[in-house]
Amino acid sequence: MSLAAQESLTEPVSDAVLTQLRAIASGLARDQVIWSSGYLAALAEHANPLTVGEAPETAPNWTVFYASETGNSRGLAESLHQRSSEFGLTTQLQDISNYSAHRLAKLQRAIFVVATHGLGDPPEGSEAFFEYWFGDNAPRLEKLEYAVLALGDSSYADFCEIGRKLDDRLAQLGANRFAERVDCDLNFKPAAEKWTLEVLRKAENLGQRPGARVTRLHAVEGGSTQAASARFRSPVLTNERITGRGSSKQVRHLELDIEDSVHTYLPGDALGVIAKNPPQLVESLLTELHLDGQSRISLNSNSIALDKALLEHLEITALSRPLLGVLSAEHPDFEKRLAGRDYLRDLLRTHQVIDLVTQYKIDWHPQMLADALRELPPRLYSIASSPDANPGEAHLTVAIVNYERFGRQHWGAASNFIAEGSKSLEVFIEPNNQFRLPSDASVPIIMISAGTGVAPYRAFVEHRREHGHTGKNWLIFGDRNFATDFLYQAEWLDFREKGILNRIDLAFSRDSAEKVYVQHRIREQGAALYDWLERGAHLYLCGDAHAMAGDVHAALVDVLREHGSLSRDRAQARLAELRAAGRYQKDVY
Amino acid sequence: MSVPLSPVEHIKARSNLLRGSIASSLADSATGALAEQDTHLVKFHGFYQQDNRDLRAERIAQKLEPAYSFMIRVRVPGGSVSPRQWLVMDDLAATYGNRALRITTRQAFQLHGVLKRDLKSTMGNINASLLDTFAACGDVNRNVMCSPLAELSSVHATCYETACAISGHLTPRTGAYHELWINGKRTGAQQAQETEPIYGATYLPRKFKISVAIPPVNDVDVFAQDLGFIAITQHDELLGFNVTAGGGMGMSHGEPETYPRLADVIGFCTAQDAVAVAEGVVKLQRDHGDRGNRKHARLKYTIDDRGLDWFKQELFQRLGFSLEPPRPYAFLRRGDEIGWRRGADGLWYLTLFIPEGRVADTETHQLAACLREIAEAHIGDFRLTPNQNLIIAGIDQLGRTSLEELLARHGVDQLQGVSPMRQQALACVALPNCPLAMAEAERYLPSFSKQMDALLEKHGIEQAPVSVRLSGCPNGCSRPYVAEVALVGRAPGSYNLLIGGSASGDRLARVVLQNEDERGLLAYLEGAFAKFAQSRLPEESFGDFAYRRLIQGETNA
Repeated sequence: MSLAAQESLTEPVSDAVLTQLRAIASGLARDQVIWSSGYLAALAEHANPLTVGEAPETAPNWTVFYASETGNSRGLAESLHQRSSEFGLTTQLQDISNYSAHRLAKLQRAIFVVATHGLGDPPEGSEAFFEYWFGDNAPRLEKLEYAVLALGDSSYADFCEIGRKLDDRLAQLGANRFAERVDCDLNFKPAAEKWTLEVLRKAENLGQRPGARVTRLHAVEGGSTQAASARFRSPVLTNERITGRGSSKQVRHLELDIEDSVHTYLPGDALGVIAKNPPQLVESLLTELHLDGQSRISLNSNSIALDKALLEHLEITALSRPLLGVLSAEHPDFEKRLAGRDYLRDLLRTHQVIDLVTQYKIDWHPQMLADALRELPPRLYSIASSPDANPGEAHLTVAIVNYERFGRQHWGAASNFIAEGSKSLEVFIEPNNQFRLPSDASVPIIMISAGTGVAPYRAFVEHRREHGHTGKNWLIFGDRNFATDFLYQAEWLDFREKGILNRIDLAFSRDSAEKVYVQHRIREQGAALYDWLERGAHLYLCGDAHAMAGDVHAALVDVLREHGSLSRDRAQARLAELRAAGRYQKDVY
Repeated sequence: MSVPLSPVEHIKARSNLLRGSIASSLADSATGALAEQDTHLVKFHGFYQQDNRDLRAERIAQKLEPAYSFMIRVRVPGGSVSPRQWLVMDDLAATYGNRALRITTRQAFQLHGVLKRDLKSTMGNINASLLDTFAACGDVNRNVMCSPLAELSSVHATCYETACAISGHLTPRTGAYHELWINGKRTGAQQAQETEPIYGATYLPRKFKISVAIPPVNDVDVFAQDLGFIAITQHDELLGFNVTAGGGMGMSHGEPETYPRLADVIGFCTAQDAVAVAEGVVKLQRDHGDRGNRKHARLKYTIDDRGLDWFKQELFQRLGFSLEPPRPYAFLRRGDEIGWRRGADGLWYLTLFIPEGRVADTETHQLAACLREIAEAHIGDFRLTPNQNLIIAGIDQLGRTSLEELLARHGVDQLQGVSPMRQQALACVALPNCPLAMAEAERYLPSFSKQMDALLEKHGIEQAPVSVRLSGCPNGCSRPYVAEVALVGRAPGSYNLLIGGSASGDRLARVVLQNEDERGLLAYLEGAFAKFAQSRLPEESFGDFAYRRLIQGETNA
């Protein structure tokens, strides 16, 4: 369809909006136009109550940048963008992974929402931007006003590393930090909300170019719905172990009844589970620290018994910053060791709270402990079912974390709570618009996963079967042992038999002397994979960020290099394009 | 004939001489199973697809497919293997199988629990050791049995050679086996030139079993075989063989048109003619066997349906000569003589008792480790017996001393002091691996025979060599219908009891209890043993007594 023909169909859009769309489109490269159309289509599809003010008469002078791995940064940037008009600001959203780095030098107003990948790296696709600006040849930025919101997970080393580095570097290059940076942990909502308001207010004070007239609108709630009101109790219909006898791990399949709830979900969404910590762990912690569980402490200005707080409100498994700070303040040797990057990284991966507090003893008071621990975040699990194939139900695939180390039992917080077999769970639906089936039913999909990362693909394939989608489906799955860990094997075989699953490639790392992982299969099947991509396939990746994401990315780059005859840079860029176009979606954790 | 062919006949016909889609079934890594049609074809290559039945329900709940694995049967004509081959099999059992190597009731090896992804390596190693699995199962002639003490006299040696010659002659000629397992890629044109001169493209209607027996020992159960050769000797010289035909054990519960049958002695042939006779009988069965109903497809039904006279006439016509009238012979026993014997060659032969034929280490005896050391030291050759025991053959005096020391060190000597009943007791594999099993057999034998020992001892007849056989289903792999006491499985914990087979295996046992639990079985046997102890004739076997007094007596009453 020609552009003219398209415009003749634009009845619902005013001339002013159309002029604006044209203005925006004229400044975009072809792939950016494609991305934008997809973006707008997604907004329409999900009926997001995106509110824009009256059309500004001039181009926006604030650019809200985001570098997002899981979609959280993007969601926050969107929310800020949506609320900017309340403050008389015109803003433009910009994905860093889709931005020519040097163009920043021409800007005067920039707001950044930047995530740090678990391992201290920038989100995928945004590497080039940060390389450019962190590099020695970066130009001066004296005219720039900026603010940074950094997102991360304090149970990893290099917490919020990219956001912090960007903040420092921009100042170093002469830019003016008009609002202080905030570093957000997993429970980012309150801190991010505060920062957003602060930034918007300060930006307002910086002044808007004269002439822009903006109608103030009511605030619109952000994309994510962890609000307490969205939580509901869901009866557990099934809770069964699905790894076979002799497996080195326990994975459970849960079927939850959400019939009575008004909440619904789409394949790709996650379910948040409000979990309690293992009571045995609370018990040992209190004993080891010589604390009385009945002591009252203050938590979010409420008085509560320490044991209840430890059981329900505070993170007592994974380590986080404040605790490390308290311990290192009294143990100089520990502080010294912490300075080593590798030491910290290793520590965070191998130690839990109880391991450290028993090793580095200090005099604990109840309140001091509560302050040193971060809030217990809900655990998110990708939903493993299609709501249309299983009306009124949501299925989960949960790996139970339970192992012995340092002569002590260790638990994962939520998974053990789930394994105990409660009759119901308190949950909420966490939409994930970054992980969606193609809207075109005939588009093929390639689903790459390891372990419980296979969960959303069960939802995808069920959904496509239920709706008679004709697009071909290819699963690439890896785990430890074929005989016991091929999650949902019988169902995949059934899907294959019925012609719904068209290809399946498997990697089991512990079945042979040489360890085989999904990235090996991706390289082996490179020609076919490239061919599928050429035919418009959407690519999905779901699973453990530590164990898989980086290797899979490298393998995909290799496939594009070898079979598309691209240079490494071009292959990287091609993947970034696929990401931007929504054709390469990730749900890694 | 207008009777439709059984589905397996179509699979064979379409298989391009046993190839089917086995190669792509092996390459499919998403399942531990083969495509359905290939599960029938791989039997000809020597293995069966099985699944662990103990785990079936559990794995359905786990959304996993059944725990598939494969039983590989290794063909060992006459049960004779070198120490090197023994070591290869022992290794394979440890590496790919579920540890225990098994000696079968047909003098073959079985490896259990081999996974699909390990089949090629396992088969490759077996073939490299110059053993093979080709035609160890399937609708073809299977492992040819022969009394295993081949070196005891010149007669035994000639009989063993005859068994090997028959085995070789009746091996299928298709290149499929070589192609799949020994990496011999063949072009379509090469495949098109292949023929099966003896079997034809659809092979036999059903399995076919041959054994060579050397009186006075009927350890091979010659009357339970489709085709048998009984050695006829004079002054330690082989004159030739009495030929037997139409034996077979398999039957189905509640289907009276299926039944066990003893072979008929149909004549005498020279040793030189034995291979030709075997080929003639196989071809006759190929052309006249029932291809519509697999439960009615053994040679025994072909003979019964058309009459023995028709069978002989048809055979003689095919041979171009008639068999001579049978010569006199006498079988006295079937069991192995556990312990040391000296051969005509002056060398020693040791027969070792192997419980249930399972070569495994336990806390009290390290059977597998002991046999491995014997093989490594190359003290003697190995012979698998039809009673699932093992002979170490051709040992000199020095070897005997070191072997005795090894047996003592591994506790294997302690194992040998079991009762004569236990020495020759047989059980098929049954649960959890055999898909046909209705009740336990191998796993039940140790406890059942212990209780039998107690009963025999109680009545002072513990030295009676009563042949006891357990079968998990009526197909009868442990040859229960020619035992003196047999249990045939009906359901878990429930068996038919048969008694009254002869000690030498030439009379069928009769059903005396149906669907009985252990308590009922033992109560009946206790009564029978009490009567036997009280009123047996001098030298009378339990089977003969049971037949005379309990079967005939009852029916005559």
